[in-house]
Amino acid sequence: MNSFWAVFKRELKSYFTTPLAYVFLVIFLFFSGYLTFKEGFYEARQADLKPFFVNLPLLFVFMVPSTAMRLWAEERKVGSVELLFTLPITIVQAVLAKFFAAWLFLGIALALTFPLVVTVCYLGNPDIGLIVTGYLGAFLMAGGFLAIGCFFSALSKNQVIAFVLSVVACAVLVFAGMPTTLNYVSTFLPPGMVAAVEGMSFQVHFDSMQRGILQFQDLAYFVLLIAGWVAACAIVLDERKAS
Amino acid sequence: MIEVKGLRRRFGPVVAVDGVSFSAAKGQVLGLLGPNGAGKTTTMRMLTCYIRPDGGTASVCGNDILTDSIGVRRSLGYLAENSPAYPEMTVGGFLKFICDVRQIKGRRRRQALDRVVPMCAIDSVYHQTIETLSKGYKRRVGLAQALIHDPDVLILDEPTDGLDPNQKHEVRKLIGAMAKDKCIIISTHILEEVEAVCSRAIIVARGKVLVDSTPQELKDKHHASLDEVFRKITRSKCA
Repeated sequence: MNSFWAVFKRELKSYFTTPLAYVFLVIFLFFSGYLTFKEGFYEARQADLKPFFVNLPLLFVFMVPSTAMRLWAEERKVGSVELLFTLPITIVQAVLAKFFAAWLFLGIALALTFPLVVTVCYLGNPDIGLIVTGYLGAFLMAGGFLAIGCFFSALSKNQVIAFVLSVVACAVLVFAGMPTTLNYVSTFLPPGMVAAVEGMSFQVHFDSMQRGILQFQDLAYFVLLIAGWVAACAIVLDERKAS
Repeated sequence: MIEVKGLRRRFGPVVAVDGVSFSAAKGQVLGLLGPNGAGKTTTMRMLTCYIRPDGGTASVCGNDILTDSIGVRRSLGYLAENSPAYPEMTVGGFLKFICDVRQIKGRRRRQALDRVVPMCAIDSVYHQTIETLSKGYKRRVGLAQALIHDPDVLILDEPTDGLDPNQKHEVRKLIGAMAKDKCIIISTHILEEVEAVCSRAIIVARGKVLVDSTPQELKDKHHASLDEVFRKITRSKCA
């Protein structure tokens, strides 16, 4: 087991040795179920998970930064960052290990929404391909939000500041793709810029995956977004770890 | 084993370390002495590759801190100020994590744990979470993680800080026992500690090395106690 796996394992275990994982999972599962069944699920008379996926970006805006805020802010606050970076591990290995552990944790949270899938399968004959691409999109979106949260957690020692900044950054990237936002920005920006704003948003790329369309540009968007923010996290951490 | 050449480090307008040079060999216990803010911890952090120097370099067991930081970190054990650890982990879990990062596996891991746990007297708290430990035990857990891979070089930042007199005595005895096989650097401002364990003393203030000698030589030269020598040197040369 190399250093990457050691940190990955420690990080993933740490979620479950504290109440954090259980509190997060209970709240996430409650709201994901509540928002799905709140309105339109039965009335639509359609066996799909659209009501679940539609509300997911909004839920993630708050839930993912709450997972990400502790990643580096806590390490810097308690000083364990000094222990970690005087062990034989590179910054890139440590950042990736912690990021992937948190991403897997979010994957577990998403996997635990399986009763929703069982419900729609029981009620009708849903398009499984649509559900799979929806979950893939949700997992990639969680990774994107997490990468942003990871960056802000490295930027500030204070977890509350890291959380607020992450929520704002994630919200901007979600709401940038909403029709109301695009209508507003089109009043003063040229069409090319409006398309650029739309292209930067999570919403557009997630929507197309929800519809079952797996495009290279959507996958590339999430991969580049995650890689960019994680790389920025490593750079910031290298600069600020001792401050 | 340790070669330090002109290390420099600034934090904004403050020069924390200003051209520090020294060397230390196997069998030596080198005491880095100095008032608060003298640059002891910054020097140690550069030696352990936690922060990069603005100028100068150093090597630990032949590994350069600028070009082979992983090699440096493999060859040394470091106890940082306040013994940082993961509070929610048990002592055993924490030491096993350190073994995993240092790639000490299987039988070697069991042997390493069997060696350091009694050596640092942490048997009784092995299954306890670190957040529930007293400062003294936390310090000993920190010492255990620094010793777990039996390194040739040990860098200990105020190793007896927060310990009661009995624990201080135990830690000094432990340092003394390890001294002949290792190169040990300890930073402290407790001068009785220097007399008790150090074979050499370097006094630093405002980031510069003021004196490099043995505790006995210092006392003989100034015809005074180490306390008085320390005050005389740090006050006169910093004034």
